[in-house]
Amino acid sequence: MVQKLNLLKESASQTAGPYVHIGCVPNFCGIEGVYPEDLGASMLSEKTQGERIKITGKVIDGTGTPLKDVMLEIWQADHNGLYPAANEHRGEADPNFTGWGRCPGDYVSGEYTFNTIKPGIVPFFDGRPMAPHITFWIVARGINVGLHTRMYFPEEEAANAADPILTRLEHQVRVPTLIGKKTGEGEYSFDIVLQGENETVFFDI
Amino acid sequence: MKSNQKPNLGGYFPRDRVRHPDAYTPWYKTSVVRSPTKALISMNNTLSEITGPVFGHSMLGDLDNDLMLNYAGAGESAIGQRIIVHGRVLDETGRGVPDCLIEVWQANAGGRYRHAKESYVAALDPNFGGCGRCITDEDGNYSFRTIKPGAYPWPNGPNDWRPAHIHFSLFGHAFAQRLITQMYFEGDPMIPYCPIIRTISDQDAVQDLIAPLDMANTIPMDARAYKFDIVLRGRRSTMFENRMEGN
Ligand SMILES: [Fe+3]
Repeated sequence: MVQKLNLLKESASQTAGPYVHIGCVPNFCGIEGVYPEDLGASMLSEKTQGERIKITGKVIDGTGTPLKDVMLEIWQADHNGLYPAANEHRGEADPNFTGWGRCPGDYVSGEYTFNTIKPGIVPFFDGRPMAPHITFWIVARGINVGLHTRMYFPEEEAANAADPILTRLEHQVRVPTLIGKKTGEGEYSFDIVLQGENETVFFDI
Repeated sequence: MKSNQKPNLGGYFPRDRVRHPDAYTPWYKTSVVRSPTKALISMNNTLSEITGPVFGHSMLGDLDNDLMLNYAGAGESAIGQRIIVHGRVLDETGRGVPDCLIEVWQANAGGRYRHAKESYVAALDPNFGGCGRCITDEDGNYSFRTIKPGAYPWPNGPNDWRPAHIHFSLFGHAFAQRLITQMYFEGDPMIPYCPIIRTISDQDAVQDLIAPLDMANTIPMDARAYKFDIVLRGRRSTMFENRMEGN
């Protein structure tokens, strides 16, 4: 007999269901007075450094219908490319930036909105720069395991063309699904398509 | 420095997708048009995945982990069977995960959610909101107090019911560890009939979501206890691979 590894197994995911709001954004769904505000509702303060941006979009199912019970979370670096995380050892991130946002889709339109800043450049594990990007995590009724994707920026053509993640995608035709659209000064739209012809690239991270 | 806070270790263990539900599970009808059809793109963890936001214990209110009282009027409490749910958040190496944010939500004792889209005829409990949260201690322990949720019917098949369950959202130390799951109750006869549980084909993985009655931690004349441990992804502890240069 060899020694045992004694590793545990990750608990299995289950869908967030239609009532994820109750647990994660109770004020949004009318359960007020339990928490002072919904977590992740605000990522910024006036003191936050960096270029203000607004990202809006929808999560769209295989019939083209926006999900109205979706919840999205984003995680990103600050304007210098530093993460406001306990295990960020490269320097101190902007103390006035949370790096993390949470937003439910609108009950009627399904639209989400994040007011944040444009992130800086973060190194890949081998030290090469990754183009500025925001990590998205999407849960909803009917999604059995939360989906991870990334939004890159359309004006970063050169950086995107050298990005270690984007360049290694076999099906380069799918790269545009990971790039937001500029809709105005500091404004982007980023729709996430769950299935079909323009299915967004989702990552097994 | 604690052993699970060493800087610049490796990435997280790959997710065992065989143990998790498939995306496309047609007996759970909503998944049919919400499931990606192309393969997920695998990538090694980068800083964007091995970091995550920090939630301090100071953000918690006194009643955040007490669903029996946190929505109740003065001197009132939620109706239902009083229970304590407690356990540990561990990673796959068996280490406790400290400072893990746990958010829970559930139906009331009659199986009714407090939500605009809820249509079940069961009565609302004016003293029950249905949300709670806590942050694990330095060993990964957590506990909250609530009432046992009721089973409820839902529009899927012609006669589908959810067994009693509590939804759990977990924030470990990294975005890669982000997890939403559900806790079920030992002995619930509805478990084998549930289309959502049946999205998980690995029966060991199903058993690991069923909390046993914990008589040892039951408070006499007050509240029964259920113990529910949750495992998040583990992290490589070897220092020798994929180290970021210049950091
Ligand atoms: Fe539920």
